[in-house]
Amino acid sequence: MLGFFNILGIWLGALFTFAIFSFLYKDNPFYKTAEHIFVGLSAGYWFIYTIYSILIPNLYNPLTSNISKNWILLIPAILGIMMLLRLIPKFDWISRYPIALIIGTTSGVFLLRYLKSDVINQLTATLINPFSSGDWVEVVGKFMLIFGTLTGVIYFYFSKKHTGTFGATAKIGIYFLMISFGAAFGYTAMARISLLIGRLQFLLGDWLGLISP
Amino acid sequence: MAKERKKIDRRWVFLLIFIGVAIPLIVKIGLPVETSKNVEMVYNLVENTPEESTVLISFDYDPASMPELHPMGKAILKHCFRKNINVIFTAMWPMGVQMAEDLIDQLQVEFPQIKYGEDYVNLGFKAGGMVTIQSMGKDLTKIFPEDMYGTPIDELPIMDGIKNFNNIMFVFSLSAGSPGIKEWVQIVHDKFNKPTSGGCTGVSAPAILPYVNEQQQLTGLLAGMKAAAEYEYMIGAPSTATSGMDAQSIAHFIIIIFIAIGNINYWRAKKSNEKDGL
Repeated sequence: MLGFFNILGIWLGALFTFAIFSFLYKDNPFYKTAEHIFVGLSAGYWFIYTIYSILIPNLYNPLTSNISKNWILLIPAILGIMMLLRLIPKFDWISRYPIALIIGTTSGVFLLRYLKSDVINQLTATLINPFSSGDWVEVVGKFMLIFGTLTGVIYFYFSKKHTGTFGATAKIGIYFLMISFGAAFGYTAMARISLLIGRLQFLLGDWLGLISP
Repeated sequence: MAKERKKIDRRWVFLLIFIGVAIPLIVKIGLPVETSKNVEMVYNLVENTPEESTVLISFDYDPASMPELHPMGKAILKHCFRKNINVIFTAMWPMGVQMAEDLIDQLQVEFPQIKYGEDYVNLGFKAGGMVTIQSMGKDLTKIFPEDMYGTPIDELPIMDGIKNFNNIMFVFSLSAGSPGIKEWVQIVHDKFNKPTSGGCTGVSAPAILPYVNEQQQLTGLLAGMKAAAEYEYMIGAPSTATSGMDAQSIAHFIIIIFIAIGNINYWRAKKSNEKDGL
C-alpha cells in the first residue's frame, strides 16, 4: 500500500509540475487549477503546522502539565489573545499593545546585533593591510575591496554635490555597484536554473526513471 | 518613426532552456569541476574537526530550495559521518525538520552504522529566529528540552556534556532566507566567538558573501548548486549537484547567447535609426 501511495505521489507531482509549467506557454485552466490547489493546501498545511508545532508544544503542553512552574507563559498567551482581537472591529484597538511590544523588543534586539555584525565587524573587515598576503592576486583583491567600499560609500553621500573629484569618485562607486548588481543577477539566474534542474531531475529520475543521481 | 527591434517570442527562450537543461541530465557530459576558496574553507573546517566531537547543523529551508541546498546538506553530512563527527540537527524553518529526516533516510543506506541519539539527533523546529539562537547560546537544553520525537535530551548519549555553543565545534546553517545564516553569524560568531559556516541559495549569496571576510564572521560559504557540486567533488562523492552542473553550464551558455543576440539587435536598431536621422 505504501508503494501505491509513493507512486501516486510521484504521478501527482509530475502532473502538477506540467500544469504549472504550462503557464510558460500561456495562461490556462490547468495552471489556474494547480495554482489554487497549491494556495489552498499551503494555507491549510501552515495552519495545522502552527497549531501542532508551535502552540501545542510551546504553550498548551507546558501550561497543562505544570502551570505553577510555567505560569509566565500566561503572559504571551494573553498577548496572543489580544492580538486575535484584531478580528473583532469593536475591540481591534487592543491588538495595538502586543504589536507595540513586538516592535519595541524586536528593534532593541536587532539594533544591537546588526550594529555589531553589519556595521562594526564589516568596517573592521575592510580596515585591512592589503600587503599582508604575499599573493599578488589577493593584494589586488584587497585593494579593490577597500577602494570599492570607499567609492561606494561616497556615492551614497548626498550632502555634497557630486561634482569635481568628489563626483568622479562617486561615479567610480557607481561602476562598482553596477558590477555587484551584475554578479547578483548572475547568482539569481543560476538559482532559477537550479530550480528547473531540480524539477527535471524529479521528472526524468523519480517519474520516468531515465536518470539516476 | 524609429525602427522597432526584432523581438523573439520568449517561449522559444523557454523551450531552448528546457531542452538545454534536459539533454545534459540524460546524456552526461562530465564538464570539469574546479574548487573555489570559499568551498575549500568549509571543507577544511569539517576536515580539521576532531573525531567524536559535536557540530550543529541547522536546516533553515523548505522544499522550494531543495535543488540547491539538499545536495549541500547531503555532502556535508556525508563528510561528517565519514569523520565520525556527531551531528545535532535543528531547524529554524518548520519544514527543515523534514529536510533533515529525508537526508538521514538517504544516508542510512551508505552509513548503516550510524545510530540515532548517539551519532546524530534531530532536535526539531523552534520558532523565534535570532532570539531562539541567542537563548541556545546560554542554555541549549532549555530551548530544546526534548528531541523531535519527545525524548528528553538528558536521555540521549550524544547530548552528554552539551550545554551551549561552547560544547560545539562549529555551527553550519543551510539557509534559504531569514532566519538563516545571517542570524547564526550574528549570534554564534559575533556574540559567542564560535566558528560559523553555511550554505545558501544562489539568490541570497550576494547578501551573505560579505560575511566571508578578514574577521571570519563566516568560515567559507557554499553558494548555490555550483558550490554543492564542488563539495561533492572534494569529498569524492559526485551526486545530484555534480550531474546538475552540466545542465547548469549549458543553460548559462544559452542565456549568454540570448543576451548577446539581444544586445546586437539593440545596437543594429540604434545604428539604423542614427543612419536614418531618427
